[in-house]
Amino acid sequence: MTPNIAPAEPRQTPGLAPIPPVATRPIVEVKSVSKTYAGGVEALSGISLDFPEGRLTTLLGPSGCGKTTLLKIIAGLIPASGGQVFVDGREVKGPGPERAFVFQDFALMPWASVIRNVAFGLELRGIAHGEREAIAERHIARVGLKGFERKYPHELSGGMRQRVGLARALAVDAKVVLMDEPFSAVDEQTRRKFQEELLELVANEGKSFIFVTHSIEEAVYVSDRIALLSRRPSRVSAIIEPKIVRGGDPEKIRRDSAYLDVVEDIWQQLKHYLD
Amino acid sequence: MVISGIRLPMMTSLIVWAVIWEIAGHTDAGFILPPLSRIVWRVFEIVPTASFLDALLITGRAFLLGNAIAIGIGVPLGILMGRSVIADRLLLPWVNLFLSAPLSALVPVIMVLFGLGETTIVLVVVLFSMWIIVLNTRAGVRAISPSLVEMARSFGANGWQAFSRIYLWAALPEILAGIRLGMIRAVKGVVIGQLLVSVVGFGTLFEIYQSHFLMEHFWALLLVLFSFAFTLNELLAGLERRFAYYAASR
Amino acid sequence: MQISDLASALPARREPPASYWRDALIHPLVLRLVSFAAVLALWEYAGRIPLSPAFPTFLETMGGLGAIIADGTLYKAFLITLHPLVIGLAVSVLLGVALGVLMGLHEPSEWLIAPVFVIAQAAPLAALIPILTFAYGIGLTAKIMTVCIMAMPVIVLNTLGAVRNTPKSLLEMSRSFLASRSQSIRLVILPAASPMIFAGLRLGCAAAFIGVILAELLITPTGIGDVISYNQSVADYPKMYAAILAIIVFSVLFIELLERIELTLFRPESRA
Repeated sequence: MTPNIAPAEPRQTPGLAPIPPVATRPIVEVKSVSKTYAGGVEALSGISLDFPEGRLTTLLGPSGCGKTTLLKIIAGLIPASGGQVFVDGREVKGPGPERAFVFQDFALMPWASVIRNVAFGLELRGIAHGEREAIAERHIARVGLKGFERKYPHELSGGMRQRVGLARALAVDAKVVLMDEPFSAVDEQTRRKFQEELLELVANEGKSFIFVTHSIEEAVYVSDRIALLSRRPSRVSAIIEPKIVRGGDPEKIRRDSAYLDVVEDIWQQLKHYLD
Repeated sequence: MVISGIRLPMMTSLIVWAVIWEIAGHTDAGFILPPLSRIVWRVFEIVPTASFLDALLITGRAFLLGNAIAIGIGVPLGILMGRSVIADRLLLPWVNLFLSAPLSALVPVIMVLFGLGETTIVLVVVLFSMWIIVLNTRAGVRAISPSLVEMARSFGANGWQAFSRIYLWAALPEILAGIRLGMIRAVKGVVIGQLLVSVVGFGTLFEIYQSHFLMEHFWALLLVLFSFAFTLNELLAGLERRFAYYAASR
Repeated sequence: MQISDLASALPARREPPASYWRDALIHPLVLRLVSFAAVLALWEYAGRIPLSPAFPTFLETMGGLGAIIADGTLYKAFLITLHPLVIGLAVSVLLGVALGVLMGLHEPSEWLIAPVFVIAQAAPLAALIPILTFAYGIGLTAKIMTVCIMAMPVIVLNTLGAVRNTPKSLLEMSRSFLASRSQSIRLVILPAASPMIFAGLRLGCAAAFIGVILAELLITPTGIGDVISYNQSVADYPKMYAAILAIIVFSVLFIELLERIELTLFRPESRA
């Protein structure tokens, strides 16, 4: 069971990849997307990338490499300077109901209770009060916050706040969940717990996840597929599919030699960016 | 704002307002609001006069003296309140009270106690500007990271060294903000004081122009005062920005 | 006093309860009472020296207060003073918040209008009072206008800043969950801005009180301004001081009340 590191060759030879990629159709397709900010900073340069359905794909790269920019372009929050993004076969022109976003800084409304925050997406869609609260309650319980429905964000710990952000994204039942370094603002223990729960979500929800992180360990632990981004202007430098056997004791994975090998491999690739 | 690709700086819209003022000045409203051009001419006419320079001197002196007193009392008081819980609890209610109280009601008290002279104006300036300086200094001192204080202590700093090398510098962004806000309040205070006392500094000129219906003169005086207040604000804000770079990273 | 004062004020390192009475003594409420008692005692003492013939003692002032309350002077004066204050404040709040929100959401109007208020905020607008008197006479209108020019700039600029400072991530969040423009204004921008808008309203209120008293002292003596200047002219200092004390206490309580209303009506999270 060797980790599968394929350099991102130009796409004209998709059939020749040494080991076939995860065999599902892409739910999100990024086609030669580039982004140049006003002022001339080139963040992304011609990125092409597929995201398989029902899996968790991670954008991994050094700080400031434009991974969040790419995620927000997929979300429709910022426009690309060039190229196209397709979600479920339709071109992205702005935010859409088939995508939900989990924010790095949680983006909870401090004046609204947990349940209102979770139901916010449904409220905006005009779903009746009773119905949206019922849905929200289900998802609050799903992320383990039962009993905290009437609390306010400032009464919760960082980890709990991000659970609210996650429940809000799940509540709108989007096909694709976009997560922007969701665990970077929580402590290490909570972070590990989150990672385990995220694996469970990916396995059970049947949704596609796109995950941004700068932590190699986190990426290898949670991902079905990792897109390694180079430094600005960012390109895909490698696609990695850590074939790690999940299930069983989560702690075992962290000691698994396959896991450690992938981590080491990625580290070797990223190391030269630090000079 | 951007119009057809050209970025218009914020204050450029004042040109629009100046034109509107000029036009309004040539209508019936001109009796109350003379055309801007004539007011500007009048500025050049009255500024060199002895009565104006005299008023400027007296007002400027009261303003500077008042501010010096307010800073001299306000900053140490704020640092004391930021460091000592007891002093804070004893004094904070009063600082808050004077900060939001209608201080114009206290001007008559100062007038009956200290007469219709310069002392009264100085005290009005102190009364208007001091409290915000105290409150901002206190906030600045409270925002100092405890580890910075512990660092000083671990390197053996004594009380005075901690005050002069750590507290004063670490709280400087807030102190400067407090001084700027205090000075803006002081400008308002000095004008309110002189309007009420009306025999000192610009108060005399206000009185003369007002009683002789010299609207152009009156507006010219206002123009000078307003420009002064605005320039002062901008200068102090610029100074504040030079020190604010480390406010976020303390 | 040592450097450790600051450190010991932090909750993290609590000393064991050294002495019970010391804790009770530095209790906030006790210290507040001590503080007020000390200042009032000082006032009484300074009045008895006497500091100046025009400086009545605290008790004399209380006597004066009793007198103007008993003969109804204070009550009638307050009614008259409140008239321009309430109208001026209502106009300033409605117009000021509306203008601030408009400028916060619409850049061209900010470009056009904001500089006027930036200057007005820094400028000693009280100097406009004589001109307002020329324009509107010595009646109610000039006094209402005085209240407006004093109160409005801070309300407008705070509202503008509040709307502008809506956290970027909340705006992105509402967009990503498909909020329409009006939904994001109503459900995100205004609630996020409301604490700072209310802070502006409190400052506006304080400025409005300054304005109304100034108007009553400068334009024509009416209401509280009349009680102050009349008693000043007949050298009945206890009554003069009592009137000043009354309006200051009233304004502080008024602003306090505003804060309570804000907390109960608009800030569910702070009550939780």
